[in-house]
Amino acid sequence: MAEQSRLRRALRLIEGPQTIGRGPKFWIGFALVLAAACIYPILADSYDVGNNVYFFNWLFMAMGLSLIWGYGGSLSFGQTAFFGIAGYCYGVLTINLGGAYGMTLLSLLLAVGLSALFAAVLGYFMFFGRINGVFLGIVSLSVTLVLERFMAQTAGPQWAIGSARLNGFNGMGGMPSLTIPWPGGDIVLFPGLPLYYLTLALLVTVYLALRMLVNSRFGNVLVAIRENPLRAEMLGYDIRKFQLAGFVIGSALAGLSGVLYTSWGNYITPASMGMTAAALPIVWVAVGGRSDLTTTLIGSLAVLIVFQMLTIHGSQYALVVMGVLLVITVLAAPRGIVMGVVAVAGRLTRRKEGR
Amino acid sequence: MDVFNLIFSFLYQFGDAFAFLVLSACGLAVIFGMMGVINLAHGEFIMCGAYVSTSAAQAGLPLALAIVAGAVAAGIAGMVVELLVIRPLYQRPLDTIVATWGISMIVTQGTLIVLGPSMQGVGTPFGSFAMGGYSYSAYRVLLMAAAVGTLGLLWLMFTRTRFGLLSRATIQVPHVAEAMGVNTNLIYSLTFGLGAALAGLAGGLYAPTMTLVPTMGASFMVEAFVTVVVGGADIFLGTAPAAVVLGVIKAALTGWQGQLAGQIGLLIAVIVVIRILPRGISGKILKERA
Repeated sequence: MAEQSRLRRALRLIEGPQTIGRGPKFWIGFALVLAAACIYPILADSYDVGNNVYFFNWLFMAMGLSLIWGYGGSLSFGQTAFFGIAGYCYGVLTINLGGAYGMTLLSLLLAVGLSALFAAVLGYFMFFGRINGVFLGIVSLSVTLVLERFMAQTAGPQWAIGSARLNGFNGMGGMPSLTIPWPGGDIVLFPGLPLYYLTLALLVTVYLALRMLVNSRFGNVLVAIRENPLRAEMLGYDIRKFQLAGFVIGSALAGLSGVLYTSWGNYITPASMGMTAAALPIVWVAVGGRSDLTTTLIGSLAVLIVFQMLTIHGSQYALVVMGVLLVITVLAAPRGIVMGVVAVAGRLTRRKEGR
Repeated sequence: MDVFNLIFSFLYQFGDAFAFLVLSACGLAVIFGMMGVINLAHGEFIMCGAYVSTSAAQAGLPLALAIVAGAVAAGIAGMVVELLVIRPLYQRPLDTIVATWGISMIVTQGTLIVLGPSMQGVGTPFGSFAMGGYSYSAYRVLLMAAAVGTLGLLWLMFTRTRFGLLSRATIQVPHVAEAMGVNTNLIYSLTFGLGAALAGLAGGLYAPTMTLVPTMGASFMVEAFVTVVVGGADIFLGTAPAAVVLGVIKAALTGWQGQLAGQIGLLIAVIVVIRILPRGISGKILKERA
């Protein structure tokens, strides 16, 4: 009985002051979008389905960044470092352990765990040193840039872990995809239907879990720290621990993105940690609206799709457009374009009701 | 004699590292120290200085004048950026970082589109000199002198000129300075331009020693960031001593294990330093003085 009420209380956190979207209207919309996402692969061809999985892969990192930056107010520019660490870790482990017997799933857990551990160590120095927002950004960015350069020079044969060659700037390939052991034949999750549904399920789970997290006491403290660190501290919270915990969770999600990406394309390169790669998550999250999970999700997906379309039609200009988009968002719609549109729409409807 | 050569070699390595740290960081440090803004387009101002000075040198200008031209061009670009993007964001310093990152993306990719993937450089001038069996580049010794000279000129500018006085007043208490009739907007604009010009100077000075590619700014960023974080907000009490300490670390590790080890060493040093001295060396010194 007590268990049941605890579960109910946890489920109630799915709506709350820290997330927009509540009430039956929102959830009917959510169910419709989810249903559309479930039906989609039946209507689309397999290339598009695989491509959509590619978009989904990045959204975990985006939501993690939303938690760290949007909710926690800590500017982390180095999320790609955790992405890369987890990706390389997954590659090294699976090449050595092979894809059978659920070893890929174990590797996934280990890789995400390692990126979380790295985040915990780095975060300890940053948050317990109490450096302010500006420095946090450039220290985390320096970490990912140095990691990129380190991985880029691992071309020689001496850079191998077990039977996995790191391959320097060319990147590491040939690792097995995620595989679910199943009676009567393992399910290999190459880009296709099973992987699509698995990634979608994971995405929905993470989204709902993060909603509960940010509406819980933990999330409220995190937002309080963002609004005014000194006040939060005077109220008796050890802000360093909360910031560190948020940072580790968000970075583990970046790690999850890294593993899924590596498994999706059987490939990871140092460039996935470089300056350009590090800038892109910032663009998705800032443009979408970093201070809410739903807007981050919608915005990131939209920017990813636009970016890919631009890359196909005018590859050179894609990054310029991303840069312009970022500058304009910061100057004109600091809460993100999704929120900007919602605000404008809200003003229009309210005016109508006023008449 | 061997010991002497060894010491000279280390001093040369140290001086080289020190010059690189000071020159790549001082533009970033001036802007951060005065305005609390970290300019992520710093590398692109360096690139701008390098490209302009190289083009000027190829057009026949003497190298020294070409470098000055690069610094001036970067400074003007900086003032334009300040006017268009930084000024509306003074109340939101964290957003400034994001916006300057957007500028960095635009400029890097724009340069790639307009000027192509690389540019013909000018060779390193002045040749080399030999000392105990090793040969050293004379131009790199000049760079060390340039780093010290830059610090000296900045010190004179901030302590002896009217601009220095007004700018120091502006950082201390902006609205009082404004009430006393200081045009603080102009001061901010000039400060940002000065920072960008210093970045352009670094680009111009290092242009003869590097390959000119649109992403070359990124290769200065780690060193610049690390020096500013370790140094803290004050350029003379922070950046200069930080460059000395980090220069020793970098020179020792580079001599021992190569360039990358030097960079990793810098990074580890900075992560340890933020735990012990969160406000950098200058924060520590100023606190003890107060």
